[in-house]
Amino acid sequence: MEKFNIIVLAKQVPDTRQVGKDAMNADGTINRAALPAVFNPEDLNALEQALAIKDRFPGSTVTMLTMGPERAKEIVMEGVYRGADDGYLLSDRLFAGADTLATSYALSTAIRKIGKFDIIIGGRQAIDGDTAQVGPQVAEKLGLNQITYVEEVLEMDAKNVTVKRVITGGVETVKAPLPCLLTVNGSAAPCRPRNAKLLMSRKRYEVPTWAVADVNADPAKCGLSGSPTKVKKIENIVFQAKESKRFGAADADIAALIDELAVNHIIG
Amino acid sequence: MNSVFVYCELEGNQVAPVSQELLTKGRSLASQLGVKLEAIAIGSELKEIENQILPYGVDVLHLFDDKALAPYTTAPHSAILVKLFQEEKPQIALMGATVIGRDLGPRVSSALGSGLTADCTNLEIGEYEDKKTGKVYENLLYQIRPAFGGNIIATIVNPDHRPQMATVRQGVMKNEPLKDAAKGTIVNHKVADYVSQADLAVSVIERHMQKPSHHLDSASIVVAGGYGMGSREGFDMLFKLADLLHAEVGASRAAVDAGMVDHDRQIGQTGLTVRPKLYIACGISGQIQHIAGMRESSLIMSINQDPDAPINAIADYVVTGRVEDVIPKMIRNLKEISK
Repeated sequence: MEKFNIIVLAKQVPDTRQVGKDAMNADGTINRAALPAVFNPEDLNALEQALAIKDRFPGSTVTMLTMGPERAKEIVMEGVYRGADDGYLLSDRLFAGADTLATSYALSTAIRKIGKFDIIIGGRQAIDGDTAQVGPQVAEKLGLNQITYVEEVLEMDAKNVTVKRVITGGVETVKAPLPCLLTVNGSAAPCRPRNAKLLMSRKRYEVPTWAVADVNADPAKCGLSGSPTKVKKIENIVFQAKESKRFGAADADIAALIDELAVNHIIG
Repeated sequence: MNSVFVYCELEGNQVAPVSQELLTKGRSLASQLGVKLEAIAIGSELKEIENQILPYGVDVLHLFDDKALAPYTTAPHSAILVKLFQEEKPQIALMGATVIGRDLGPRVSSALGSGLTADCTNLEIGEYEDKKTGKVYENLLYQIRPAFGGNIIATIVNPDHRPQMATVRQGVMKNEPLKDAAKGTIVNHKVADYVSQADLAVSVIERHMQKPSHHLDSASIVVAGGYGMGSREGFDMLFKLADLLHAEVGASRAAVDAGMVDHDRQIGQTGLTVRPKLYIACGISGQIQHIAGMRESSLIMSINQDPDAPINAIADYVVTGRVEDVIPKMIRNLKEISK
């Protein structure tokens, strides 16, 4: 039976789905303190695909890799509690302010340091940026084939992986030689919960933290200085309030409304 | 001067609408910059594909026609773009923020070390001053996109790297061929000069296309439901209303997440962008992430029991009442006038 070494890319993100009134500062910046930090949802879908491969091929390993502040160790631990074997946090002030290109460069140096892998799996995109760029850019930096929008890993053998992926208006089955990189869509199977036994036995797992020097990264290609894109400005969304016509719910109101739409040829 | 390039995505032998929208925008950007607009089509049996591309005022169309190039896989398409961009040095390169564009764009930008902005909703030309160095850059591409779950709008620039790359969402830009486009040049490239055997290692084994369950992107009236619809049965009422209006039914993320309606109908930052003649928002409070996908609608009607629902601020018609009262009355009235 084959065994595979799997790397899972995951990110800790502010939960942009829970944005309330206090989520934005008066100056238009984001009040990160007001938003809970969560495991990026599609990265959980990715983790599940990795753990399912490990189930199918006993002796396979799952290694978590994340980049972020000290606190992002939580992501590695969360992965370990759900069945990953180990993981690394990439953390250094020099990584800060990275756009997707600088992020993928940093991740690729860490993956080179990890060294042995057959497949890399990440979520399609993170909910704070919604770019879907880091997966393909990591693949390119490592010279790997990529398959994005994956819904399910169907088959794996020593040489190839076959997956189902979502495309515009349908699905397709794609086969790629290993090693390769997959990004997993939110429509894939949800991740299994934490395992109670692992929660006890892995509690003291120390997450190794790597800085720029540990992964032999070129500081000029990291963080803000390694990012070709610059933010020119950030604006709060302000909607031009309109002069609206108001109606109630009474029969006569609704009749008048429909009449007005019909007379103005908006409907009919 | 360096050109503006648009990658034309193909669906069979049809150019994707988003690519034609980009050709329309690309033409106006190129004219503003005083440069050429060039298009790229990569696929198989591309005979007469130029008829769907040149009318947008394209000066040069680059064709790559080979059996191995369809259906789309990442490596051959990115190999072509990387080499072509190294040769032609475009200042701007645009593609759709679709499954294909979002697979291809980052791959190409990484290989070229250039910046890429995803899912733009607007593109403009303007200047930029680097605050640190004081250097002023003229005629940069402003890549404008909602960020942070649609809560802010960011303007991104790529001062020093070329091409300035962006993917753009479908439906946010106009699709307008020119009335009297001059006939552009067609360049048939030799595919073997760009694609190696190693680029063909990934294969598409099987493909199932489903008939689209809706035509929200082209509907002239959209009836959209939010969490306030309460249930799948609530949405049944919207389908009835939509039927009478020859409209399509959309939904907010809250309604989709609650399982009231299928997720392919979601409108908003992470769903579809629509710009119908009339948008009827039923029981939708109006989170920014939803409004990002429908604010360009010509007329907006909001039906909500909360007179201060945020969406009412951008609505032309506000009906204050419970959806389960208002919508049946609308249905009744519509049936009457159609008699």
